[in-house]
Amino acid sequence: MLTNNQHIKLADQELEKETMTLNLGPTHPATHGVFQNIVEIDGERIVSGVSTIGYIHRAFEKIAEHRPFYQITPLTDRLNYCSSPINNMGWHLTVEKLLGVKIPKRVDYLRVIIMELARIADHLICNSILVVDTGAYTGFLYCMQQREKIYEIWEEVCGSRLTTNIGRVGGLERDFNDIAFRKLEKFVAEFPKVLKEFENMVMRNRIFIERTVGAGPITAERAMNYGFTGPNLRAAGVDYDVRALDPYSSYEDFDFIIPVGTKGDTHDRFLVREEEMWQSLSIVKQAMQKLDQLADKTSFHADVPAYYLPPKDEVYNNMEALIYHFKIVMGEIDAPKGEVYQAVEGGNGELGFYLISDGGRAPYRLHFRRPCFIYYQAYTEMVKGSLISDAIVTLSSLNVIAGELDA
Amino acid sequence: MSNIDAGLIIQKLTTQFGDAVTAPDEPYGLLTMNCSCDKIIPVLEFLHNDETLAFTFLTDLCGVHYPHRSAKFEVVYHLHSFTNNIRLRIKVAITGDPPHIPSATAVFESANWMERETYDFYGILFDGHPNLKRILNVDEMTIFPMRKEYPLEDNTRRDKNDEMFGRDPKLILNDN
Repeated sequence: MLTNNQHIKLADQELEKETMTLNLGPTHPATHGVFQNIVEIDGERIVSGVSTIGYIHRAFEKIAEHRPFYQITPLTDRLNYCSSPINNMGWHLTVEKLLGVKIPKRVDYLRVIIMELARIADHLICNSILVVDTGAYTGFLYCMQQREKIYEIWEEVCGSRLTTNIGRVGGLERDFNDIAFRKLEKFVAEFPKVLKEFENMVMRNRIFIERTVGAGPITAERAMNYGFTGPNLRAAGVDYDVRALDPYSSYEDFDFIIPVGTKGDTHDRFLVREEEMWQSLSIVKQAMQKLDQLADKTSFHADVPAYYLPPKDEVYNNMEALIYHFKIVMGEIDAPKGEVYQAVEGGNGELGFYLISDGGRAPYRLHFRRPCFIYYQAYTEMVKGSLISDAIVTLSSLNVIAGELDA
Repeated sequence: MSNIDAGLIIQKLTTQFGDAVTAPDEPYGLLTMNCSCDKIIPVLEFLHNDETLAFTFLTDLCGVHYPHRSAKFEVVYHLHSFTNNIRLRIKVAITGDPPHIPSATAVFESANWMERETYDFYGILFDGHPNLKRILNVDEMTIFPMRKEYPLEDNTRRDKNDEMFGRDPKLILNDN
């Protein structure tokens, strides 16, 4: 950022005082999706701004009111599509809470592995795109190679890569196979070197530091008032993490540090995400060890035939399984009446599902608490008074995912 | 684990607001209370400013439509006290057409867009909101699409009827 004494001083009513309106987006390369920021600029400096969203609104909540629980999983995939397994798990945890399903430890650990890989994938793309926005492309390619490896693990676990639709109510759709474990071990062994290399390339890079330090800062108090969560809140100095404060899926069994920043600027947000990747890697390693130590080596779902889809080969050869399959697919799950709120620590913050069930087979009301939607409203305040180039990196560092923002 | 128990929150709120805050319950472990529409902002302010309770974080705000209740709309607030590690749900039933409720933007900045979203989908008017206009839908829209009277897809599709989802087609819900 330029300081005031670096500017040419002009008298009042001169050219510098004339402002102009600029449309930053929609579909600007730096807006990473479709949202618009109309900013009033005085030279290069942003005087004020208004954010407009809603260009890809897909009516998730309305659609969810007319779908059985299983058919809602693909909707959640498309919220934060950079880490869709976390969304899937969050949804399944919500339904399991409503139905009162107890999950075996092994399933919890397998889910933790998937969710932490998703967090790494999410942070990889966020941080590498932030670096691209400061003008460096190479790091992005380094990171994408590693994200590809995570996608390959998911492919083994569920058959798909981006919108994974991973898991079932009660557990996972299938167990991790040997190839998945081998790929996981390979990733865990190789990833630290690449991440270190990426950090070496970026973190002492003068251009990167000068572009990010002091860009788009927010105080802890303002961040909390705005409803910030996740790395964006932690960068401002508040150590709130759903995994630690409100553990789900056996996160209480794991040791990890919650990294926090001090200034809440773009640089802090970058550093928090970098450190979180190391922590996630550590959690994955711990989960792999715990899986080895567990006596139970086979279960990958809870024993709840009324809710869990039976394996396909049984459906073809076993009448009972066929009946259960039919009943579940047709949505004949007797959900109890009640209201559930379940939060998970998504890639970019607290992802919450508020489900009101009236005893039907679809939610009476489902509300997604999307972290992006909550904190994107602070964006114009964060960039007020800064340069346009700061606004670009601030936007990248907030990790706003258009699919989740618009829902 | 939380540092304070639900009893303290209930006691403090009932002492301060009497009958305005009622029906404490803990469905699925989350303390839930009903609040009258005219007292919601003082309640939120009290919860926010009270040093012991310290509900300084508004996690979520959304609307719900119950067409067959006398109070047809409900606004649900999810609050979180980080220091005590406890969550609180407050539900406000709203009567009237169009439904009105005071805006919480003076207490929580985060309520701004959430209230706009609730207005956009349910037509609930938040009095005192600085910029109450549609957020996700187009401005020209005349209906509020999340209300139950608007079917999702075309009316000729039988497979999307409410009765197909084990629900009374008239959406009659028990008031309790």
